[in-house]
Amino acid sequence: MKILLKNVDIIHPEDKLDIKGTTVLLDKGIISKIGELTRDDKADAKEFDFSGKIIVPGFFDMHVHLREPGREDEETVITGCNSAASGGFTGIACMPNTEPAIDTAEVLKFIKGKSSNHLVEVFPVAAATLGRKGEIISPMAELVEAGAVAFSDDGAAIKTSSVLKRAFEYSGMYNTPIIEHCEDESLSDGAMNEGINSTLLGLPPLPSVSEDIIVSRDILMADYTGGRIHIAHISTKNSVNLVREAKKRGVKVTAEVTPHHFTLTDDLIKSYDTNLKMSPPLRTQEDVNAIIKGLKDGTIDCIASDHAPHSIEEKESEFQYAPNGIVGLETIVGLSFSELIHKNKISLGDLIYKLSINPRKILNLPIPKFEVGSSANFSIIDPNYVWTVDILKFRSKSKNSPFDKRLLTGKSFAVINKQKMFFDGQLIDLTSV
Amino acid sequence: MALSTRHLLGLQSVPKEDIQTILDTAHTFREVLERPIKKVPTLQGKTIVNLFYESSTRTRISFELAEKRLSADAINFSVSGSSVGKGETFKDTIKNIEAMKVDMVIVRHSAAGTPLYLTKICDSNIINAGDGTHEHPTQALLDMYSIRQKIGKLEGLKVCIVGDVAHSRVALSNIFGLQTMGAKVSVCGPSTMIPKNINELGVDVIYNIDEAIQENDVLNVLRIQLERKAREYFPSIREYAKYFGITQERLDKNGKDILILHPGPINRGVELSSEVADGSNQIILYQVTNGVAIRMAVLYLLGTHN
Repeated sequence: MKILLKNVDIIHPEDKLDIKGTTVLLDKGIISKIGELTRDDKADAKEFDFSGKIIVPGFFDMHVHLREPGREDEETVITGCNSAASGGFTGIACMPNTEPAIDTAEVLKFIKGKSSNHLVEVFPVAAATLGRKGEIISPMAELVEAGAVAFSDDGAAIKTSSVLKRAFEYSGMYNTPIIEHCEDESLSDGAMNEGINSTLLGLPPLPSVSEDIIVSRDILMADYTGGRIHIAHISTKNSVNLVREAKKRGVKVTAEVTPHHFTLTDDLIKSYDTNLKMSPPLRTQEDVNAIIKGLKDGTIDCIASDHAPHSIEEKESEFQYAPNGIVGLETIVGLSFSELIHKNKISLGDLIYKLSINPRKILNLPIPKFEVGSSANFSIIDPNYVWTVDILKFRSKSKNSPFDKRLLTGKSFAVINKQKMFFDGQLIDLTSV
Repeated sequence: MALSTRHLLGLQSVPKEDIQTILDTAHTFREVLERPIKKVPTLQGKTIVNLFYESSTRTRISFELAEKRLSADAINFSVSGSSVGKGETFKDTIKNIEAMKVDMVIVRHSAAGTPLYLTKICDSNIINAGDGTHEHPTQALLDMYSIRQKIGKLEGLKVCIVGDVAHSRVALSNIFGLQTMGAKVSVCGPSTMIPKNINELGVDVIYNIDEAIQENDVLNVLRIQLERKAREYFPSIREYAKYFGITQERLDKNGKDILILHPGPINRGVELSSEVADGSNQIILYQVTNGVAIRMAVLYLLGTHN
């Protein structure tokens, strides 16, 4: 099948590509021509008029919870991949806090196998320790061989400094980063950010210093061991400052932020809406401002959703007993454009770095190329498309989002990868006739 | 005489007129409680559920008594712990109860925000009988009523809340209610038991109990919850009693007349010495009697005017 993408812009900041209103011809999902086309080229090609839309290197979400194996009622590898495709992603990294945890090559291969025929590529992050218990490091060599792109005990930080040190040393042999969920367990039994709002709402407080302590520890340990640390879902002003300062000193540290941590604050929790409960918790406007600054100056490398599906029954409970997390794959692009591009916080080029290029670099994955002969790995974005979030339209099995009914500007229009296209709610096989 | 709201979830946004109305109405019912026949037919035919997800003796009995004095049909529904892990979700429990056609729900729950959630999923009038460490509005109302009766006013009074403010639902309701009525509120306790940023509510923080006694007209002394996690927030009971406990000696040293409230139950020898607990400054049992009148007032105002 030949497809013709007409009147489309192409932006690939890493390869210094910035082309307006061009035409791209794909033959069986392989880029066969960009620019002027002959009549022959166009023969029996299915045409798409993509005026006003931009082709960018396929977006990559490096923090996704797929819930399979273990909680298939909340999400499966396939529904998670469908959600990712619908949200504008061609690749995701999935977190190891499944049941059982991704701490053996078998579990990792099981997940890879489930996704092997999907447009969205799944790169598992393996547990840093056996069973994520924080005691013994996982079989990292075997896990890397099976396809692990990083290690993490996500859901919690690696418990002790001694195990963290070993994890850095051992994973360092394979140049794989450690992704840390930075929370000091002994300070983290609260339900929301400690501050005036937790006092007013009578909810158990969780101080921001809980995150800062582990960010500091991890930076120091990465520095000491020469290991690579990636700070997941950074949420506090002090942590942003710590990362900025460490980067200046040459520590191998990177960081990601979620859209909810640059969009929402703990002021909203007065509704006690459990879809506002996440870990780390929503913080203050001061933290949001520091995060935006960190996104601007490059302290924060990536935007990731921390897509965390939960069943309605589990979320429909008392705020302090509700599980943490929200689904995010299908709102991350819209929120990033609405909050960062349309409010002139960062440039489109920077956003493409944070949503596509940087996560792949951190995980040692190749960056999609826009060259004739290479397989198309595209996200096709309409940055000015105005739409209203409707959780019932999510491809994800779970609907736990605080962004339902929110008006957003900017949306993924289509994705193309592995000779497949997701467009208008349909998965299209580009190798068929 | 109606309130501006059909629920009583807390005192944070309750206007002065409403508080005034409740206190005045309570005064009428207080008189009823002194009669030989203490029952009025005001809420005849109304069904009220006391939904207690947390053990409570005095608050539940106080509400139940208030309901019976007003001739309402009262049902007690007690569950220990949260709905989580019980099989039935909290929402399903509420829906089931409401299907039995109840008019009002009195709710006590270990999780903050539960009464607000109830207003979203059912049509009954909701009264918060204590949610987590959030609010306990009827306790604050009965405290304010008791103070007003004893001193004659609330406006301009200086009231200090003493003890474990951070783990108290009484403290926040008192702060909001008293401030609305024009009193100046401070808190006194070990700094580990004072919530961060509480000064943003216009509340002064005092760490010296003698200073608190000296500076205030009223002390509302909270219970130190020895049985709970709160125990980890101070070094020892001995140290607490020594530095924050109210003794007759401390009161005498100050010389000035001071009113002492306590929501009960008291830990004798901890937050109050036995001498103070039985002394002339305290109005602990007076508060208990007033509690019934306050709850009658709230039930009456919400049950007949909305």
